Amino acid sequence: MDVTITPQPVAPVAGPAVTERSQARRETFRQLVRRPAFIIGNIVIIGWIITAILGQRITPYDPFNQFFAGHLPPSPEHLMGTDRLGRDVLSRVMVGSRDVLIIAPLAALLGVVAGTLLGLVMGYYRGTVDDVLSRIVEAFLALPVVLVALLTLVVLGTSPLVVVCVVGILFTPIVARTVRSAVLSERQLDYVTAAKLRGESGPFILSREIFPNVLGPTVVEMTVRFGYAIFTVATLSFLGVGLQPPSPDWGLSVAEEYNNMISGAWWPTMFPALAIASAVVAVNLIADSLQSVLSE
Amino acid sequence: MARFVGRRLLLSLITIWLLVTIVFFISNVLPNDVGRTILGPFAPQESVDALNARLGTDRPIIVQYVDTLIGVVTLDFGDSYVNDDPVLPQLAAAIGRSTKLAGLALLLTIPIAIIAGLFAARRRDRVSDRAVVLLGVTSSSIPEFVTGTVLVVVVGVQLKLLPVLATPPPNADIPTQVRYLLMPAMAMAIVYFGYIARMTRAGTIEVLQSDYTRTATMKGLTTSQVMRRHVLRNALIPTVAVIAVQVGYLFGGIIAVEKIFNYNGMGQTMLFAAQRKDIPMLTAGVIVIGIVYMLATLAADMTIAWMNPRIRLDADR
Repeated sequence: MDVTITPQPVAPVAGPAVTERSQARRETFRQLVRRPAFIIGNIVIIGWIITAILGQRITPYDPFNQFFAGHLPPSPEHLMGTDRLGRDVLSRVMVGSRDVLIIAPLAALLGVVAGTLLGLVMGYYRGTVDDVLSRIVEAFLALPVVLVALLTLVVLGTSPLVVVCVVGILFTPIVARTVRSAVLSERQLDYVTAAKLRGESGPFILSREIFPNVLGPTVVEMTVRFGYAIFTVATLSFLGVGLQPPSPDWGLSVAEEYNNMISGAWWPTMFPALAIASAVVAVNLIADSLQSVLSE
Repeated sequence: MARFVGRRLLLSLITIWLLVTIVFFISNVLPNDVGRTILGPFAPQESVDALNARLGTDRPIIVQYVDTLIGVVTLDFGDSYVNDDPVLPQLAAAIGRSTKLAGLALLLTIPIAIIAGLFAARRRDRVSDRAVVLLGVTSSSIPEFVTGTVLVVVVGVQLKLLPVLATPPPNADIPTQVRYLLMPAMAMAIVYFGYIARMTRAGTIEVLQSDYTRTATMKGLTTSQVMRRHVLRNALIPTVAVIAVQVGYLFGGIIAVEKIFNYNGMGQTMLFAAQRKDIPMLTAGVIVIGIVYMLATLAADMTIAWMNPRIRLDADR
């Protein structure tokens, strides 16, 4: 494909194409809002985001205030009871969404950005670059995510930044594999050949021609990774290497209280646990709807 | 087939080498001073130096790296920093106990998930199909420790049906052991149900739309004959692949489950190692599980090649 042609300045995309694209986008959106799973998922996750932003301004009590010496079952005053230190569980569940809703999207974003770049390069250039990177990706995929995170957090010490980096890096190869296979089928198409014949550079073709066309799988992957990031960060907090006390984080709350379940105090464990479940299920409902609409 | 197996084995060896290199980088290169990381900032310098000498982490990085590679080949992963015993026998015993738990979880989930997937695929886009998909998305979204705590509260504490701790009394017979392991296994099984059922459904839908399925139906085979002879074999290929990939996740989720049910397997061993900063033990754990995962995907590839001649013939060409 090494035909030397003086690159002609390419005119900006003409008007009709833009309206066509925005029309397609509107059609996709219309299909999405017709799905109850998509609507329910959004209501739940937006609800949690609002509670996270408003935080202590809307909680019934101070989430760190110790009211009694210990557990108090759910009652009209404390709808979800109090935990072992006498703190209001409802207030803590409401505030507990904040940390995970900052860490998980950042980790997912890191994984998707790095993975998309890697996948684009691997899928477009093929050859030795692809072979070598594919082996490395394969090796990363064999790493058990939670165990490696445990090892890394022990080695580097626990901090939210390290959690973001570890989870993000471990998600990178998974995203790279998805994007790579999407790019592989795109690069055969005529528009890529046309761009090559125009004499466009590799980076230009990747970013301006191929990337917009693999945006669908990338958006789906971003949502899926966001769900798994909540899942993983909550698990790490539960194992004691994620967020640290006195954070009201959900996973950490479960870790602190699960020993008291057997003696009957189920409420300080159960409510944060259900909160985690609701958030991950909500994100995955959105991801599933996006996947089936965008793949049609 | 022999060439296919040979090629896959070689690729697996390269991947294992890269895996060991990544893990070596995390555990020996990332921390400036391994002894200092283990003992903390307030330990006297002499004890740090002594520990580094004992662990061999005072040697140049290249020497440590070669030593680690030789260790993996000769199955010698060094000694635990906590109790000075070789790491591998302790790990092997723990993995054995975890395999019992994981095996029971897979035994519970695989048949039910495959049946659910087939059921949904044949009723595509009807209410029952949507229900299975929704159930699948939900069940694979909930972390094992969440399902585990809910099960403990409902089944263990309120209904008192099953023991809330997973470790059976010593010398228990197999039914008793299963009874003790049932609840933690269920917590894990629920997560895998979603993956396997959705994969089976997707695979079956694709096969049901294929020309050869239509031909089989048109030449007058009954539905059960078509399913058995033509659909199942091809539809289950993605399912086999996803079950193998699950083996990796299995050992991630098992840590949390073992913590809740206080079961002395791989997960508890790794968690104790993390609490005591037993880096040799953690390193060995990650490498061993990585290799187990590699072997599982290798076995899955072999099964898939055996199920679908086109794949193995492609490799032979």
